[in-house]
Amino acid sequence: MPDKFDVIVVGAGPAGISCAYHLAKSGVNVILIERGEYPGSKNVMGGVLYRKMMDDIIPGFYKEAPLERPIVEQRFMMLDKESALTFGYKGLEWAEEPYNNFTVLRAKFDQWFASKAEAEGALLINETVVLECIVEDGRVIGVRTDRPDGEIYADVVVLADGVNSLLAKQLGFHKEFKPNEVALATMEILKLDKAIIEDRFNLEPNQGCTIEIFGDATKGILGTGFLYTNKDTLSIGVGTLLSGLIKHKIKPYELLEYVKNHPMIKPYIKGSEPQEYLAHLIPEGGYHSMPKIVGNGVIVVGDAAQLVNAIHREGSNMAMTSGILAAETILLAKMTGDYSENMLDHYRMKLMDSFVGKDLKKYKDATHHFDKFPQYFEKYIPLMNQAASQMFTVDGSSKKEKQNKIWKDIGSAGEKMKIARDLVRAWRVMK
Amino acid sequence: MSAEKKAVTIEEKQYLLRFKADTKSHLHVLSSDVCLTQCPDKICTIFCPAEVYKWEEVRMHVGYEGCHECGSCRIGCPHENIKWEYPKGGHGIVFRLG
Repeated sequence: MPDKFDVIVVGAGPAGISCAYHLAKSGVNVILIERGEYPGSKNVMGGVLYRKMMDDIIPGFYKEAPLERPIVEQRFMMLDKESALTFGYKGLEWAEEPYNNFTVLRAKFDQWFASKAEAEGALLINETVVLECIVEDGRVIGVRTDRPDGEIYADVVVLADGVNSLLAKQLGFHKEFKPNEVALATMEILKLDKAIIEDRFNLEPNQGCTIEIFGDATKGILGTGFLYTNKDTLSIGVGTLLSGLIKHKIKPYELLEYVKNHPMIKPYIKGSEPQEYLAHLIPEGGYHSMPKIVGNGVIVVGDAAQLVNAIHREGSNMAMTSGILAAETILLAKMTGDYSENMLDHYRMKLMDSFVGKDLKKYKDATHHFDKFPQYFEKYIPLMNQAASQMFTVDGSSKKEKQNKIWKDIGSAGEKMKIARDLVRAWRVMK
Repeated sequence: MSAEKKAVTIEEKQYLLRFKADTKSHLHVLSSDVCLTQCPDKICTIFCPAEVYKWEEVRMHVGYEGCHECGSCRIGCPHENIKWEYPKGGHGIVFRLG
């Protein structure tokens, strides 16, 4: 193996593979280094892959990629102990090309995507950990791996090393994250007969459904549960800020069991058989937690750059866009032979000007807000459930009497003022 | 339904997984003394999603072989008492699906 490449990409997830694919396709000599046995073997997500960003990279990818189901319905459950207020959208425009999004299993998908980058000429090296960046005169000039004589050099190093990004930390691009900047998600893949999935979730073959679950799924802690349909499995999981688990002294796998056994959830997964249990961190600090993402000879992409929109459960799409923008910037830099921070800063500007930067900015205070004021999840979701129960239970009292009772049950005038203030605050961080 | 596999406990969940364990640990508790004297909660034994950390009277037992490599312990330890690295290339957890 030669020890000098044009570009080194560290990490074969959506960001790293997108970047390596685009570079290789443009004739750049690129090496993609993955620490797992194969791409995807260390990678976890709930399972929603958005079509648009992937389609921009490989047009019509859905005709050959290992996908589970196109999503035709997205439901949202506001969960209380023994009830749920549910809403959602189902649209058959999502059931046909070009589709909106799909459920995927990452171990399969990432392997396939990496093989496409290899076919374009990228050199994929598995089972190799990058221990550190080699820095000379304030410039990243390569990486040191855990292989014998494992030093590799390049004009640019792209850090796509995931949420923990030890490499960006080593470079001083960010400090250690705090427990309220990351969510710990656990999930299980449950085997269930195709036909049962379709019956239970009201689906035709090759249609899928996602359910996001708020409130009692996380026992009122900031976070969400989810239940997604795959071909012949379900993905069920729950994620909360690590700080929430610490504060409430909750074991994540017990919380997952709590969700699985919740009376509103249990019937969906009845008779299924666990295939795999997975845990992973999600960067949820948002805009305020973004590290420095460009340096001399180095660019940071994907989860390593904290590119996740927790409110809309988007991440892999942002990772792909960041990978492509990094690749485009590197192609520009290659023309001038200038790989300085100043030149590569083009990537940061493009990224912040794209939907990635705009959405991160839009929700920059959302996670912090809902973390700081736990009443949204702890109190208001149960209140909404009680109000719905009150209004829809026919018991001989008039609707006006019911409204008065709901109004009275909310509490004192002070309580009502507090809710009004919280609604305004929520609007401000979400608008 | 008695034959149904449930994987309720963490031991049963971990049993679903494939690991290619390295011969040495990639996780190091820097000082058991800190756990013993300064950390009454031993919170890592609670939030670790794989129950890697177990307190054994005077020392922290680290079952690194079952680690998901998520990074929670490094970030969540209130005393920054855990040295956290990736396992050697090709080792550690091997997800087959999700």
